[in-house]
Amino acid sequence: MESLLTLRGKVALVTGSTRGIGWATAHMLARHGATVLLNGSTNAGLLSERVEEIKQIASAEAEGFSFDVGNPNAVRDCYSSIFKKYKRLDILVNNAGILDDSLLGMVTPQTIEKTFHVNVQGVILNMQYAARLMARNHGGSIVNLSSIIGRVGNVGQVVYGGSKAAVIGITLSAAKELAPANIRVNAIAPGFIDTDMARKIPEAKFQERMQSIKMGRIGTPEDVAKAILFFASDLSTYVTGQVLGVDGGMLI
Amino acid sequence: MDNNARLQKAFADSIGIEHQKVTDDLAYGKDWDSVSHMAIVAALESEFDIMLDTLDVTDMSSVGKAKEIMGKYGITFDIAG
Repeated sequence: MESLLTLRGKVALVTGSTRGIGWATAHMLARHGATVLLNGSTNAGLLSERVEEIKQIASAEAEGFSFDVGNPNAVRDCYSSIFKKYKRLDILVNNAGILDDSLLGMVTPQTIEKTFHVNVQGVILNMQYAARLMARNHGGSIVNLSSIIGRVGNVGQVVYGGSKAAVIGITLSAAKELAPANIRVNAIAPGFIDTDMARKIPEAKFQERMQSIKMGRIGTPEDVAKAILFFASDLSTYVTGQVLGVDGGMLI
Repeated sequence: MDNNARLQKAFADSIGIEHQKVTDDLAYGKDWDSVSHMAIVAALESEFDIMLDTLDVTDMSSVGKAKEIMGKYGITFDIAG
């Protein structure tokens, strides 16, 4: 009997997949047999390297798509290419995101626009096209990356927290709308994960965050990727509209 | 089946009407709702093996307009259709 975790024959797009959680996810999905389409928007060289790294995995296939997830024309072109070449999409992981901390009084319109462009508009635009491709093949799985901050909020994260709370609302609504097409939509709310994004915060703040994690360690990108694999695979065939915390018991 | 007949079938099956009742003046909001609209889009995409731009999806206000939009994807229709 084939494992419920196998993704053989499936095509997965992971946005923001050159580093951190996105990269761990791309690698995880490829190891389980999926053809993985990677995305990045700022470093074409790294994207090419990552594609080659995935191809080193036995029998894994990969392709890179360099585009800004919040740009409607770029998203259209990406999905048009996916349709022409693969004729299908089974898994979408909306991982691309940006974090720009500011206290409320110091938030600029540019910060709001930039953050929502990627974290919110990017999620919706990709889901629009992905859902249509998935519906053609009678189903699929969409996994959106929210954050613990989108659930409980935090000082200095009005914009980021707002964008990640929006991801939850988007997920819950899309889950209801797309269920008849057998497309499942779920979200992951990571806690403090060891990524470049987390390492950018000041040392004192980093230690403070560490103290708030009941499991006593920072999460790894692989911890999150494993939860994404659950949603992407047939282990979760009857699960939709859920927000799964992957946070080691973190309290903010 | 010619392109007109294929398009008529896509609309008729999605809206739930007879094929011969699919005419150019059938319109979104009057003759079909948003749920049927997405079904029409899916049917057209599958039938003609294309992927429509989101702006074309939202712009598809009538059967006649749909034919015009499909032209952008290399699918043409007889004038009589």
